[in-house]
Amino acid sequence: MSAAPVELPVWADAGLVPLVSVTAALLVAGLVVIGIGENPLEATALLLRGALGSGEAIGFTLYYATNFIFTGLAVAVAYHAGLFNIGGEGQATLAGIGAALACLWLAPLPGLLLVPLAILAAAAGGAAWALIPGWLQATRGSHVVITTIMFNFIAATLIVYLLVELIGNPGSMQPETREFAPHAVLTPMHRLLAPLGLVLPATPLNSAFLLALASLCGVWLLIFRSRLGFAIRTLGANPRAASYAGLSVSRLTMVAMAVSGALAGGLAVNEVMGVQHRLLLDFTAGYGFVGIAVALMGRGHPVGVALAALLFGILYQGGAELAFDKPSITRDMVVVIGGVIILFAGALDGLFRRLVAAGLGIGRAP
Amino acid sequence: MDWAQTLAVILDSTIRLSVPLLCAALAGLWSERSGVVDIGLEGKMLMAAFASAVIAHQSGSAWTGLGAGILAAVALSLVHGFAAITWRGNQIVSGVAINMLAAGLTIILGNAWFGQGGRTPSLEGEARFADLALPFAAWARETVPVLGPLYAEMVSGHAAPVYLAFAAVPATALVLRHTRFGLRLRAVGENPAAVDTAGVSVAGLRYGAVIICGVLCGLGGSYLAVSQSAGFLPHMTAGKGFIALAAVIFANWRPVPVLLACLLFGLLDAVAIRLQGVSLPGIGLVPVQAIQALPYLMTVILLAGFIGRATPPRASGLPYVKER
Repeated sequence: MSAAPVELPVWADAGLVPLVSVTAALLVAGLVVIGIGENPLEATALLLRGALGSGEAIGFTLYYATNFIFTGLAVAVAYHAGLFNIGGEGQATLAGIGAALACLWLAPLPGLLLVPLAILAAAAGGAAWALIPGWLQATRGSHVVITTIMFNFIAATLIVYLLVELIGNPGSMQPETREFAPHAVLTPMHRLLAPLGLVLPATPLNSAFLLALASLCGVWLLIFRSRLGFAIRTLGANPRAASYAGLSVSRLTMVAMAVSGALAGGLAVNEVMGVQHRLLLDFTAGYGFVGIAVALMGRGHPVGVALAALLFGILYQGGAELAFDKPSITRDMVVVIGGVIILFAGALDGLFRRLVAAGLGIGRAP
Repeated sequence: MDWAQTLAVILDSTIRLSVPLLCAALAGLWSERSGVVDIGLEGKMLMAAFASAVIAHQSGSAWTGLGAGILAAVALSLVHGFAAITWRGNQIVSGVAINMLAAGLTIILGNAWFGQGGRTPSLEGEARFADLALPFAAWARETVPVLGPLYAEMVSGHAAPVYLAFAAVPATALVLRHTRFGLRLRAVGENPAAVDTAGVSVAGLRYGAVIICGVLCGLGGSYLAVSQSAGFLPHMTAGKGFIALAAVIFANWRPVPVLLACLLFGLLDAVAIRLQGVSLPGIGLVPVQAIQALPYLMTVILLAGFIGRATPPRASGLPYVKER
């Protein structure tokens, strides 16, 4: 976003700097583990075994990674336009509401029609919730960061109201809708691949993972290979130049935000339609915020986002298993790691670039 | 029920609920007036709440707890300052990082140290701030009609941090408006190049503002854990740092309007708790969620410029690069 203080070769900029900052963040996490009296090497071994040690573990890891791909891409697309969308949580919440309403109200439709419609409803919900802040920034000059924060909270109260007062299941103890019809939900991966002769253990991994992979390709095509993507990147690099070049800054702002919100909606597709099969409170569970770390670590590029999402998937699944063996290291460790990665790869980027440059012996200030 | 008594009780809880908002909002005002945007108010309050609860429990003194809370919040402030001022990093990104760091660390450390799912042991006696009775409170309640109960409930009978928080409002206004430091601090938020030309350190002023921001966040967070509640609960700030952010915008970055905005948001909160399940004549059942969403909705409407106009300090959010 800001001008780079030191020039680095592309491979160092895209590969080495994120690698160094992520390693530093993991070292900080290791210090926290030592601080609470556990052995970080043992914890790492348990974590890796828990995340990658079996077919079931890998299924869970990829299921978590699916969430992070969607939220990471959402932040990345907005970032390319120079916009900072921290409203992923709220946009995913609205997407969940959209998907749930579609699954409940359109239940008489056949699954082949209902599932795509519900996915579209999720995308539309997320897009709409991001479009309003985008529109306010484009036409009224209200800063998108603040409005998306506010929209997170408005979405949080909205979903409580809907679930408690309107669409909640009166029979259940907690605020949630009734379960969707069996044909309204996404197919789990182990059932999807069974006809091909592949026997996979039962995990929450479902066809939303394929949608996430498609989104990675789609975002790459959109941002780096399309006219619109070029316009979005121009806007992000220099809004005034974009304006002089005859691009409509306000239209691009709104389009970028809408695409970003629609991608955040993928989180709802995976969680609500793929796993929970009903709408419940707090299904976003902070994935939207970790998406910021994923996007920053991945340098906004789909390949980087995929790798970063995989790392966080490993941390999430491995962290759950680790918490099982070592109750003092809870899943909140991942939140800490996410925070430190955001700090190192995002806010202290300049420092790490300088460190890498010094390490490579280049870019010394004259 | 006696209406004066009801009013006094609602206003009393308004005061209690607006204190954390007020501390965080004043903290945000200091930081943003110097040109450093801070969306990490929430995380700093949370960290302060945790540190103060832990130290108050260990030392048995609420004041030591408050000191620890302030130190913890200032430490996070300095991290933000290091990223935002020294390394000219993205201030929003740094704020998000601080929020996540605090949310995760408080639970992990609390769980590792006390094993109660992130809670800290409950504070008793001297480890918690006691309510102070102002002179004549009991007498006024008995003898003076209307104003008596108001004085006894609303003005008197709060803990020390409450009075500190309210005292911070005139102090902030005075320092910002009438001192050399305040003038320079405001200038650095509007036009840092001019301050730099005058030979005053931009980074020094901004670090000063960020530290004051930490102290105030520390006060607000400690109040939550050591005065309002008797100990730390995971995620106990519950978005108050963000409502405070809204209050700063709502008040157009000015101290006295910040006080009014925080009291308004505190009142909304108090009314929302009281209206739970109550049917109002003529309106019917008001959904609590609608009242809870009001501060955020009002802020968005204000930011959109449909009523009034929010004008942030001009250099806010921009790292200062010396021209060469």
